[in-house]
Amino acid sequence: MATKKEKIKEFLAKFFRNHVLADDEDIFALGFVNSLLAMQLVGFVEKEFGITIEDDDLDFENFRTVNNIEALVGRKEAARVSA
Amino acid sequence: MSVLEATPAAAGVEGICLGLTEEQRKSRAEFRAFAESEVAPYAGQWDRDARVPDELLEELKNRGYLAAPLAQEQGGRGMDAVTYGLLTAELGRACSSTRSLLTVHDMAVVALARWGKPPLKERYLPAMAEGSLLGAVALSEPNIGSAATQVETTARKVGEEYVLDGEKCWITFGQVADVFLLLAQLEGKPTAFWVPADAPGLKRYDNDLVMGTRAARLARLELSDCRIPGDHILGRQGFGFTYVLNYALDLGRYSVAWGSVGIAEACLEASLDYTSQRMQGGALLCEHQLVQRRLTDMIADSRAARLLCYRAGYLRQLGEPAAVQETKIAKYFASRAANRCANSAVQLHGANGTTDNYPVARYLRDAKVMEIIEGSTEIQQIIIPRVRPEEF
Repeated sequence: MATKKEKIKEFLAKFFRNHVLADDEDIFALGFVNSLLAMQLVGFVEKEFGITIEDDDLDFENFRTVNNIEALVGRKEAARVSA
Repeated sequence: MSVLEATPAAAGVEGICLGLTEEQRKSRAEFRAFAESEVAPYAGQWDRDARVPDELLEELKNRGYLAAPLAQEQGGRGMDAVTYGLLTAELGRACSSTRSLLTVHDMAVVALARWGKPPLKERYLPAMAEGSLLGAVALSEPNIGSAATQVETTARKVGEEYVLDGEKCWITFGQVADVFLLLAQLEGKPTAFWVPADAPGLKRYDNDLVMGTRAARLARLELSDCRIPGDHILGRQGFGFTYVLNYALDLGRYSVAWGSVGIAEACLEASLDYTSQRMQGGALLCEHQLVQRRLTDMIADSRAARLLCYRAGYLRQLGEPAAVQETKIAKYFASRAANRCANSAVQLHGANGTTDNYPVARYLRDAKVMEIIEGSTEIQQIIIPRVRPEEF
């Protein structure tokens, strides 16, 4: 079963052609990020992990690296469980 | 089985399902009956008058066609994406100006529902869901079109309010909207605001007469020291275009794609009728091979555009992230197909086609607009190849 990180990297690979993304690599610095990726990324994490991205989650830091995206998902999942 | 249930997995096949449910077929029949009886017969006159009548807006509201895609728990009708597409196609087939009202109102509504703060939503969503308040989108400016993140309208925080200064133009149904989803720079960062039409410092004027969708009551806005409450911000500072406006534009592109299907099919239908009745050179026009060639291209274009829209709609219903990309592809193709079909329709009608006696000249003018709004053809050509298309 794929881990969260693997799923995130598999999704991002569609946008990062011929580039193997490291877990801590800054996806904004790579220059591939555009509005299409930004929107689809939000849609992806919401559908894949069953969470809702809200106003307060809209922070570039949350989406800067695979590690950060995984951490965001983890926090949202934890909040959902404790709610 | 509903389309929503007819996932590839459920169907046990690879690929996506493109069939309609019985309910969707009934809805389409309802939409077509309304469009053919209450809209199409008058669309030419509204185009000449450069305004759809207020009575039509009321009728759309009464029928529950405004804010139809808004979830039921948010006060909307919760119309599924494919049915919504059928609605916009049927209205687009009859009158692009009428279709565009749904487009801009629904764009504003879904953006508010998704990114508005609870008090703002509580105040506006119920009325917008029922259509007693109309929304519009204020993005374009005299100097800014496709480069939307570079809007020149500014916002600054003064006490508990935001103060806006700038100018917006080409605002569809801006003459009658009660509230605007508006993009401005807050400390140099694109940010989305919710601006009531009666906000102090906001003035609106009828826009210059445009080539297509002439009846869509376009407005120009002047914002001079325009003050709005501090909670009238959608999303966070700096995320106004990438998330808030793009969320709205995604729906707008979907609506325009289907509206373009409507135009293409209206062109085809008008051309089939005309060429099967008019004699030239001892034969009906439709019996001439070069005419048949044009009709064949129109049929293929219309079908292909509709299929791309079904595909996008189906993926939207499934909540697939790739629906954003597929919607862009559908809009790109359908808007160009509508132009090809409209061009052919006027050509096949000859001199008659250039007059107001036939609707095809209006279709051609409206089709051109479809290639410009909600991301021009050129913008789509830049964006679409950036992502490897997914297989479904």
